[in-house]
Amino acid sequence: MSLSRYIVKRILVSIPVLIGVTMVSFGLVQLIPGDPIEFILQFTNVSPEAEQRLYAKYNLDEPLWKQYLLWLQDVIVLDFGESIISGRDVAYEISTRLDHTIALGLFSWLIGLGVGIPTGIIAAVKRGTITDEVSRIAALLGIATPNFWLGLMLILVLSVNLGIFRAIPPDAPLFSVAKLKFLILPSVTIGTASASLIMRLVRSSMLQELNKEYVRMARAKGLSERTVIFKHVLRNSMIAVVTVAAIQIAFIINGSVVIEQVFSWPGLGRLLVRSISQRDFPIIQAGVLMTGVAIVIANLLADIVYSWLDPRIRY
Amino acid sequence: MALLEVNDLVTQFYTEDGTVRAVDGVSYQIDRGEKFGIVGESGAGKSVTSLSVMGLIESPGEIVDGEILFKGENLLEKSPEEMRRIRGNEIAMVFQDAETALNPVYTVGEQIAEGIRTHKDVSDEEAKEQAIEMLAKVGIPDPAERYSDYPHQFSGGMQQRAVIAIALSCDPDLLICDEPTTALDVTIEAQILELLDELASDFDTAIQLITHDLGVVAEICNRVMVMYAGKAVEKAPVEELYYEPKHPYSVGLMGSIPRIGDRRDRLETIPGTMPDLVEVPPGCSFHPRCPYAEEVCSRKEPQLVDTETGEASNPNDDGEHAAACLAYTGDLEDELSYQVEVLTEETYE
Repeated sequence: MSLSRYIVKRILVSIPVLIGVTMVSFGLVQLIPGDPIEFILQFTNVSPEAEQRLYAKYNLDEPLWKQYLLWLQDVIVLDFGESIISGRDVAYEISTRLDHTIALGLFSWLIGLGVGIPTGIIAAVKRGTITDEVSRIAALLGIATPNFWLGLMLILVLSVNLGIFRAIPPDAPLFSVAKLKFLILPSVTIGTASASLIMRLVRSSMLQELNKEYVRMARAKGLSERTVIFKHVLRNSMIAVVTVAAIQIAFIINGSVVIEQVFSWPGLGRLLVRSISQRDFPIIQAGVLMTGVAIVIANLLADIVYSWLDPRIRY
Repeated sequence: MALLEVNDLVTQFYTEDGTVRAVDGVSYQIDRGEKFGIVGESGAGKSVTSLSVMGLIESPGEIVDGEILFKGENLLEKSPEEMRRIRGNEIAMVFQDAETALNPVYTVGEQIAEGIRTHKDVSDEEAKEQAIEMLAKVGIPDPAERYSDYPHQFSGGMQQRAVIAIALSCDPDLLICDEPTTALDVTIEAQILELLDELASDFDTAIQLITHDLGVVAEICNRVMVMYAGKAVEKAPVEELYYEPKHPYSVGLMGSIPRIGDRRDRLETIPGTMPDLVEVPPGCSFHPRCPYAEEVCSRKEPQLVDTETGEASNPNDDGEHAAACLAYTGDLEDELSYQVEVLTEETYE
């Protein structure tokens, strides 16, 4: 099977998964006690008729399956409705914050991979040396440290005490020097755990590959050690890493919800947290859906990268 | 001058249980174009000998003594970079299990071409052409198309052919074959052996063939060395070893191969197993399994001697039949009382 046919097949397989994601995104909010109308009306007295009208306005009086289909019908054309609390367009609310969340996520992810992969390679090649031991301890600390605590400590030391970074984001466009500089701390905060995890994974999968016969064969051909490691061993080791790198995207989105609070970063995470406490169903549903779709796409990309790395997967 | 001369090679591994002398004072030489067999059970030190010659002994292993003269130069004194230039170029290796020896994520052609690019000053295109030529030489049909196949698209026999193509791609002077047919079924085995034999003659390449299969040695080799527990126990021209084995261990090995015309109901086996190399028995390391062992065998270590004269073996004498058994130095009271029965056509009529 050619690579392109494999990709088409893999995309088709994602469609039922995406339908599942819409169901979960829609259904999850039903598990939260209370609903948005109760939230709005908690301090006011309105007649039962007026309350009924409000429920009807947001289709909340319909049976659940019908609510879902009505919602899905709009979602397919990217109409996420309007916020029950603020009355603003959900798509607009999300789109103004999405770029911030994507920037934070991407930076964190790049830190995770950019630090994790090279250190993992070094640890594997220098197995059993002091370098390996130091990296092992660093990775353990990185995985064990709660990210919100790390974020607070970074703010305390680097922003409050040393004044190197700002403690809250500057009021500037996203792609300005000041804003990108601010992004360093939250990205490091989120990236630390994922760098640690990826480092350990790269190390162990490299060590596993290094013991294989093809490595000895590559050396027997007279290839330089560099070629043996970076051409032969690394590509085989990356197969496991790609899976985890894709799963890491989910963890990073997850982490950003908390870290956006810590760093007052105007992203999707903060919007979601606020909307959950306000039971603002349309925003929560749209936010969860976006996250779910992002993870499905990440896995799809991981599968495609796999099949490029290892031709056996295509067959 | 011999092409390869290994003198008193000692290679050790440091394990948690203690030091293992995987190769303990082995000497042999291979002339240009000669086919030399090394035979023995698993763990006898055959592969470690080969890897020592290739300079591929990895930590926790180490060559601690001896010299490996290749074209008169001691390989043990070469820098890693000089060794790298020899490997794959002047000394190449064919691995036992082609399926694991080929990297699954690169095309077979690329794996041949990269060796050519490493050692020869050629363009990528020329390397590709030469690789296709090599595939043709080892008998892969449609070599130009098969060039871009991945190893998993090749059958086991074809994979082994590809590995041979890689090894021969830079026209080496010495080809080390480590059990090249063990992973293959019998019909393919015969084809591969024939191919090796043919190509070695075409390329005028000497072969060091490692195997536990005496049949394979008989088919290909000129001379053969039998190894046991890290030492050479017998060294002889191939016919002599078969018609007149001199060491009880070699006799035992012969007795354990099935032959057409054989009237025996069951094959003989050598009782016991090879000793743990951490604790090699004192004296002759084969004595606990040897049917002819006497008290002296557990005290005195036999040296490799010329079986005619009882003098120390001369590694430069290619015709010599040497064995490491006290029987040839007059230390045994009894004779080695075995009989070699040569099976002829009449035997099985």
